[in-house]
Amino acid sequence: MHDLIIIGAGPAGITASVYAARKRMNFLVISRDIGGQAAWSGDIENYTGYQFISGPELTAKFEEHMRNYNIALRENEEALEVEKSGREIFVKTDKSAYQARSLIIASGKKSRELGVPGEAEFKNRGLTYCATCDGPLFSGKNVAVIGGGNSALDAALQLIKIAGYVYIINNTGKLEGDAIILQKVQEAKNVRIFNDSRVVSITGDKFVKAIKINHKDKEGSLDVEGVFVEIGLEPNIGFAKDIVKNERGEIKIGARNQTNIPGIFAAGDVTDVPEKQIIIAAGEGSKAALSAFRYLAQNRF
Amino acid sequence: MAKHVKVYSTPTCPWCVRVKQFLDDNKIVFENIDVSSDAQAMEEIKQKSAQMGVPVLDIEGQIIVGFDKEKIKLALGI
Repeated sequence: MHDLIIIGAGPAGITASVYAARKRMNFLVISRDIGGQAAWSGDIENYTGYQFISGPELTAKFEEHMRNYNIALRENEEALEVEKSGREIFVKTDKSAYQARSLIIASGKKSRELGVPGEAEFKNRGLTYCATCDGPLFSGKNVAVIGGGNSALDAALQLIKIAGYVYIINNTGKLEGDAIILQKVQEAKNVRIFNDSRVVSITGDKFVKAIKINHKDKEGSLDVEGVFVEIGLEPNIGFAKDIVKNERGEIKIGARNQTNIPGIFAAGDVTDVPEKQIIIAAGEGSKAALSAFRYLAQNRF
Repeated sequence: MAKHVKVYSTPTCPWCVRVKQFLDDNKIVFENIDVSSDAQAMEEIKQKSAQMGVPVLDIEGQIIVGFDKEKIKLALGI
């Protein structure tokens, strides 16, 4: 039986683990990866203490800080189910099962999927969710960006400089985002914008060759070798069935990071905390760890 | 005898940075191939790994996709 289990090792989970280690709690960190979304970030210029640092570099610093404390880390492991029974919390994963007196959920967010035929089949075979990472693979090729908000515009802006034609497939009437980026995208010579359009399927052989789209009930096809899905993020909360969430699926938390279940806390992008920032997630992680420590003391575990 | 290690990467991909750091930390000499400026290398990745994501490691013919630390350690015998 552990004092605490932390699910997730992004900025929130790692910071929680450092605080828990310094409180000499007996705990365990379970995570699919290290760094979470921060590892995928490009340039970071707003994390205090660093005027400039890249996502992977900051992640390496976080990891180094965590490893310094000899923390029990189950990497490449995914939480499948969380349940509280009596005073004990049970966490079932794809590899094992654990028990603890308290829990911090810091599992972050992931890219939302399109849910169309061909998406799973062509993932990493032309279809990707990260323009920063995979954009340079499509030098001179025609690509499609799916989405109509800021993340889609950011992706388009990066791809304009690299790709052949950039088709933007947006299912609303017009693109919406920061005015400066929007203008740059609209003025680019190699951009074609398809509003009121949705993706029907992704097709190809071993790799992506085309997408089928539906524009005002008419179907058409675009020849592309790259598809960038940029339709926002959703919380990783498949395992947290009994926990109260808001309309966006984010875990509702109080000022001390508590959820509706006593002993279960949450921190970072998976929660309804206003603003999703690395520095905020890290701060929330430290609060959650201190709250868990306080909870254990008050409940005389 | 040191194994011949090729890393197919791009300058912007986060896991490429980490995989190269990992190899450096373990004092493994490797050949870095930037696929964003080398169409031929991009085709090689597609052929060898049947996918397009980077990093891809070629360790004496054994192909490893992504920063899979355990597989890399095993392939290198470290």
